[in-house]
Parts: sequence; structure tokens; C-alpha cells
Amino acid sequence: MSSKQAREKVTIIFAGDSGDGIQLTGFEFSNTTALYGNDISTFPDFPAEIRAPQGTVSGVSGFKLNFGSTEVYTAGGLADVLVAMNAAALKKNLSQLKENSLIIANEAGFDKRNLKLAGYLDVEDPLKEQEAFHQIVRIDVTRLTREALKETDLTLKDRDRSRNMFVLGFIYWLFNRDISSTEKFISDKFNKVPDVAEANKLVLKAGYTYGLATEAAYQRIEVKPAILPKGVYRNIVGNEGVALGLIAAAKKSGLELFYGSYPITPATEILQHLAKHKNFGVKTFQAEDEIAAATAAIGASFGGALGITASSGPGIALKAEAMGLAIMLELPLVIVNVQRGGPSTGLPTKTEQADLMQALHGRNGEAPMPVLAVNAPADAFDTAFEACKIAIEHMTPVMILSDGYIANGAEPWQFPKAADLASITPKMAKASANAYMPYKRDENGVREWAIPGIKGLEHRVGGLEKEELSGNVSYEPDNHEKMVKLRQAKIDNIANFIPEIKCDLEKGDVLVLGWGSTYGAIKVAVNQLKKEGVSVAQVHLRHLNPLPKNLGEVISRFKTVLIPELNNGQLIHIIRDKFLVDAKGLNKIKGQPLYAEEIKAAVKELM
Amino acid sequence: MTQNVEYTAKDFSTDQDVRWCPGCGDYSILKQVQTIMPELGLAREEIVFVSGIGCSSRFPYYMNTYGMHSIHGRATAIATGLKAARPELSVWIISGDGDSMSIGGNHLIHMLRRNPNVNLLLFNNEIYGLTKGQYSPTSEFGKMTKSSPMGSIDHPFNPLALVLGSDATFVARTMDRDPKHLREILLRANQHKGSSFVEIYQNCNVFNDGAFEVFSDKKSKALETIFLENGLPLVFGENNNKGIALDGLKPIVVDVDQFGKDALWIHDESDLTKANLLARMFDGAINGVDFPRPFGIFYATQRPCYEDLMADQIALAIETKGAGDLDTLLQGRNSWEIK
Repeated sequence: MSSKQAREKVTIIFAGDSGDGIQLTGFEFSNTTALYGNDISTFPDFPAEIRAPQGTVSGVSGFKLNFGSTEVYTAGGLADVLVAMNAAALKKNLSQLKENSLIIANEAGFDKRNLKLAGYLDVEDPLKEQEAFHQIVRIDVTRLTREALKETDLTLKDRDRSRNMFVLGFIYWLFNRDISSTEKFISDKFNKVPDVAEANKLVLKAGYTYGLATEAAYQRIEVKPAILPKGVYRNIVGNEGVALGLIAAAKKSGLELFYGSYPITPATEILQHLAKHKNFGVKTFQAEDEIAAATAAIGASFGGALGITASSGPGIALKAEAMGLAIMLELPLVIVNVQRGGPSTGLPTKTEQADLMQALHGRNGEAPMPVLAVNAPADAFDTAFEACKIAIEHMTPVMILSDGYIANGAEPWQFPKAADLASITPKMAKASANAYMPYKRDENGVREWAIPGIKGLEHRVGGLEKEELSGNVSYEPDNHEKMVKLRQAKIDNIANFIPEIKCDLEKGDVLVLGWGSTYGAIKVAVNQLKKEGVSVAQVHLRHLNPLPKNLGEVISRFKTVLIPELNNGQLIHIIRDKFLVDAKGLNKIKGQPLYAEEIKAAVKELM
Repeated sequence: MTQNVEYTAKDFSTDQDVRWCPGCGDYSILKQVQTIMPELGLAREEIVFVSGIGCSSRFPYYMNTYGMHSIHGRATAIATGLKAARPELSVWIISGDGDSMSIGGNHLIHMLRRNPNVNLLLFNNEIYGLTKGQYSPTSEFGKMTKSSPMGSIDHPFNPLALVLGSDATFVARTMDRDPKHLREILLRANQHKGSSFVEIYQNCNVFNDGAFEVFSDKKSKALETIFLENGLPLVFGENNNKGIALDGLKPIVVDVDQFGKDALWIHDESDLTKANLLARMFDGAINGVDFPRPFGIFYATQRPCYEDLMADQIALAIETKGAGDLDTLLQGRNSWEIK
């Protein structure tokens, strides 16, 4: 009889060669776990190379999942369980493990060749060394997988490809999960190659059965369903959440969605998701470069569509010129920046928040633009939707800041009903007897959108400075100064259309002020500190330009402001500049997310 | 797309002062474009002019249609997005040799391979005019300019060879000094469904005066130019006494009377091999022989347009999957309820 141990939260890392199907295994386990009712948060960590050198530490692909019977806000700190497909996966992740954690090792991945590749030169059995610190489960996955498939006609190579399913089956047994959702996934994925589908299902079952058969040896782990707010949930990955938000905004505004993009990590999946949904009238344009992606979107917006473009790192730099044009034309345009480590090519698959200053200021001339930041995968939809609403209703380009941690991370999402989404009303010009004034503004400083095809509204726009009202080219000194201020006022005025921030403390010692993907870690840290009696509160900004109107007032209620960021200090400059407060920074620039423990320590240091 | 109003060229001019140098070749092109507009059978509001940056790119301000004077080199990309979003519009791109051949070279070749139904007028004056006289990607080797006081060491682009290499579906050359020919080519470009590329030799009388004079000067024109007409033999010279024939794939200049008209090269707009040979009748001799510069339509073929292919895929997706339902999309493959 196997015994069971109950846990409130478990963090598990799947790790192996980047060709081992680690991401898929992790993703499927996340889905099943979320369906079971656990709250989850995931973080894939993979090398930039598609097939990095096999067996080496640099080639290790990882997938981290934190799930629990209580609310989960981050992909977790140190892990409880490691699935290591080879020696390199062990070596890379050892420092990521709690004491006495469970290591599930694929024996074939610890042969002489793999040990050498992983750099275990003088060690005969690194697993044995770990027995003093961790519980080790050795499984000969390769042999057992081949065994399970011995009756099939598949080649050896094809059989070995299903190894990840054996591991997944075993993990399902370990956590007492239902395999049917993954079976359905396999059927859908391989519906054109039934042989492969059958093989994968066989191996999945074999892995589960192996757990049952050997259960005397291992203890199963029980993580009960979480008590989440009532409602209907699904799993959502950040990039998909953005894509859905864009489609929903197009549908709600009655505009056609035109998406111009050039593939770049980690923004590519937005293009792929949108390309799948052509039956929503979505037009995707895979451009020759980042510049064409952005300018084609501007062309589409000029034609009356909702023009959108996305990129990351150096790709955003290339779009700066186009953003300037959209600011001058005062047309809707949404730019999604899925941030990655920089500068230059930097760390394509690692996460960072170092593009905030670029988002706010990275264009020539006085070129203000609203900036919104996503804080988690489940927040991606709402932020993308709101960014589109602002772009359309205020006739301006808007930048959405996401990052690699959000883009590839997943969590349960209480998705909205289409009917409950806010309305979006484009400010379309209508034919009239009076001469059309392209740059005439309403009380919010917003000009009308006159799209080609409407008689009597023929007009010319361009990147040269505009004369107020007529939009004709003007080099007049007073006009230029006036136009610069009008464009700024239009953006500043958006503060009247965004919610004020809420803060649950009337007065306090420390305010932890963040933006973007540090949300979960700050939330965990602040909640724990509160339980410890610390006078601390969290404010997390979605709107980085313009800032919420009451931010200064909220900041003034605290003795100290701590600003954790995955950069060398960017929001901190803005807060110091705007509110003249001696804010303190907590900065991590390692391509990895912040951990709650790090934030807690920083807060305590300020006390 | 039809309109009932009878337009005149004047209906297409705006109240903006035209700001090109007096004597600039752009005036002639503007006049011809405004003149053909009423003949297109389109309402003004259905026409859009998109330009990049450079002297020629001021063009949209002078056309009473919808228009955008955009950023350097990007007009082709902007027009592609516009046309994809609004396939029914008549989209005209105005560009120069710097705009299209240099900073916008990438967008140009990619637009041409995608083949949206637009018309691109390349005002080629072989010089940077707006920045006051530096060599351009079409300036001849050795050209002395402010930025090449010892002569340009850049080998120039042969624009038509470049666009043929990008699989353009309509390739033509004309010039500002021949309004009749210019007009004819503009009308044909408009009729062509697909991306029409029209190179227009345009004189910059301030920084590169006379660059194309040999092609319009009465004394030299007959020997230096050859006007292509579909189905007709390639003849040039005084009284068309000279002709071009093909010896295999080698063009030769012959005396028409001696060689016989029937044996000459007959122009065929649909022949890509011959179009490539014509495009190579450019600077420098071929096999030691100087050829006249061809004008007219080098090549015209049909290929599906980008915006139509895009619309077809959307129609097919709706037909097979049904029109998208937002609630179904948001719910995804697996959802669960917490009660």
C-alpha cells in the first residue's frame, strides 16, 4: 500500500533536452492540474536554440509549474519535485530544489555519454550523491517505453519520441490525476497519424500503470483542489490572452483586425494564434521586417481597420519611426512589446522589464503615447482589450508591455462573456456639408477618423507638422508649439478614462509599487508580510502613461516606497521625478523572475 | 466602382501651393496624373495616393483624393496594409529613386512579389534632390556630387532589372518630357490588376539637369530611344531605319531595309525572357554593341493579388468553421466551473 502525503502547494520542474518534449509535457500536466481544480502558475525556461547541443547543460529546456490548493500567484521559488530526463537537467536544476525534494530521473539519461556531456567528469553516479539530500526515483524510461510499444510497427526512433508521455503518465499517477484530458489532446494533435496517436496513448497509460505497479516504493502526493472564486475558468497562456483580447476588441468595435508582424521570440505566438482565427475576419500579415509590419498596420488603420503590430527587443526599436508617424497621423495603432532581456539581441528567451523608458520616450521629438502593462497571463486579455479601446477612442498609438515570463506562462483565467465586455466606439467622421477639418478635436482633444470611401472627406495626412484644424503642412512656429501641447494634452486626458488605484491601507510604512510580471511575487510577499504584522501594501500599475490620477496621493500615505523591477531601475525614475519621493529600488537583472522571498527581504530591510 | 459625376483634371487639384522648383519634371507628371484621373471611372473618394519622403513624395498634397505623405521608404508597406484592409480602393504609390531603391528597397521587392493591386510611380531623377544633391542608388558610377566629390564608387541599380527579378507583374518605363507616352503608360498601369511598376525618368533641373536629355533631345532621341509596342517589331532611328533582332538570345542592331522587317524582334509583353533582355539595354554596351534605351511596357502578366488571396482564405475559414463566435473562442478547449 502506498501512503499519501498531503501538500498545500507543490512546485515541479520538468527538465531535459530541448528536443525531449519538455514544454509539451509541462503544458499538458498544467492543463490537467488546472482542470482538477488546483490554482496554477507556470514558467517555461528554454534555450534560444531550437535544438541546442544535446545532453549539455546549455541545451536544457525547463518547465516550472507551481500548483496548489490555495491561490497561486507565481511559478514558485524552489521546487519540490524535479523530473530530470538526463544528467544535464539534474546539474542545471539542483540549486533550484528545496531540501529533501523528489527527483525523478530517466536512467538512460545518466549513462556515460550523458554524464560526460553534462560535465560530470569524475562522478560515476551523481544521483547516488544526492541520495543524502533528496529522494531519488530512477526509472528506465527509454526501455519501458520501447517495451510498451513492442507490438507496434513504429520505428525505434518514433517509439523513443513518446518517452515524455511515459514520464507524464507516471506523474499523473504520482499526483493522482486523470489522464483523459491528455488522451483527448493526443487524439486531436495526431488525428492525421492515428498510429502515432495510439502509441502516445499507450505509453501514457504505461507510465501511469508503472506507478500503480510500483506503488509500494513511492509515496503519492495529494494536492486538493483550490478554493477559487466561483465562476468558469480555463487555462490561458499570456500570448494567447493578448491575441484573444485583440480579437475581442476588434469584434466589439466593429472594426476589422489587421495584424502586421515579423516572427521574433517571445512575441511570435501572438501571430500564430491570430492566424488560426481567420474566421473572425482577422487579417494577418507576416511582413518582410519589423518596419513593414508596423507601417502596414498604419496603412490598414488609415483604411479604417484596427491596425496592430507586435515585437520584442530590437524589433521594437525598429518600429520607433512608425510609432512617431502614427502619433502625427493620430490614428489608432496598438504595439505589443513582449519584452526580453536586452540590449541588442540580448537574452531572447529570458524575461526582463527593461523597455519601460523606451516605451515612454523612445521616439524622436515630443511623441507621447499611452503605455499599459500586463501583470500575468490571466491579465493579458483585459489589458490588450483596454489598450485597443484607448487607441480607438482616443485616436492614438498605444503600447502594451508584456514580457517573456507572461508570454509563455499559464494560469487559470476566469474568462468574460462577450456581452459583458465594455463597448468600444470608433470616432468616425461622417459626410457633411461643411468642409472637413481632419485635425479638429472634440472636448477630449480627439480628432475624427475619416476613412477613404466617404465622399467629401478627401484629405491628406502625413508625418510633417500639421496645421491645427486643417491638417495642412505648417512650419509656423506658434502652430508647432501648440500642436506639441495638444498632442500631449490628448494623452494626459486619458487619465480621466482609467480607474484610480485602490490601496487597502489608509497609512503605512512601506508601499510596494510594481508593474508587469512582478505582480504575483509582490502579492505573495506582501500577503506574507501582512500576516507577520508588517505595515505594508501593494499597488500594481497597469497604466504607466498616463499614470492613475490618485497615484501621488496614495504614495504620500506611506513612509517609504519600494519599487521592485526586473531592470536597472526605470519606474523608480519616473516616480521620483513626478512625485519627488525618495523611492527605493529592488532590481534583478538575471533574466529570471523575482521571487517573493527577495521582495520580503527588501521590505524588511526598509523597516 | 463607378461614379456619376463628370470630373475634370481641375477637380483633382488641391488648394495647396505646389512647392517644387520651377522647371522640375514633377510638374509634368502631376499634370498627366491629374489629367487621367477623370478617365478612371472612379469617384475621388475611392482613390488614395501614398508617398514616402523626397521631392516627389509631396505629390499627395496636390491631389484632391485621400492621401498620405508617410515616412521614408515605407509607402509600399503602408499601401500593402491599406490595400489588404480595403481591397476596393484605387491605391497609387508615389516614390523616388532614393525612397524606393535605397531606404525602401526591401519593402519594394516584397510588395512586388506579393502583387497587391496598386500602381507605383517611381520618379527617377538619379539624384537626391530634397537633401540638395547627393548621389542616389541610380546615379551613374563616377557621378560627381556633393557627397562624391571624386566620383561615386557605387555601382548603380538598374531599376527595371531589379523589379523583374522581384517578379513584378507589370513593368514599364516612360519619361516626364513625353506627356503623351506618360499618359498612355499611366492608363495601362491603372488597367493592370496587380502591382504596376512605372519608372518615370524625371529631370531634376537643379541638381542633375539634363540627366535624360539624350532621350528627349531632338538631335539624339531617334538613335537613343526605342519605343516598345506590343506585337510590333523593335525599330528606331531616323525614319525607323534601324531595328533590333535576336540572334539566339543575343540582341543585334540591324538595318531594317537590309534585314527585312519580318525578321526583327517582335515585342511581346508576356515574354519574361525578352523582358529581361530589354531591361539589360541599359548603361554600357551588350557584347560590344550600344543599344537605344527602351520605353514602354516591358512586361505584363497576371498573378493573383495579395488582398484577394487574403480575402479568399478568410472566406474559406468562415465557410469551413463558421463565422467566429467570441464566447466559444474565449471558452477555449477545456473549461471548468467552480461552484
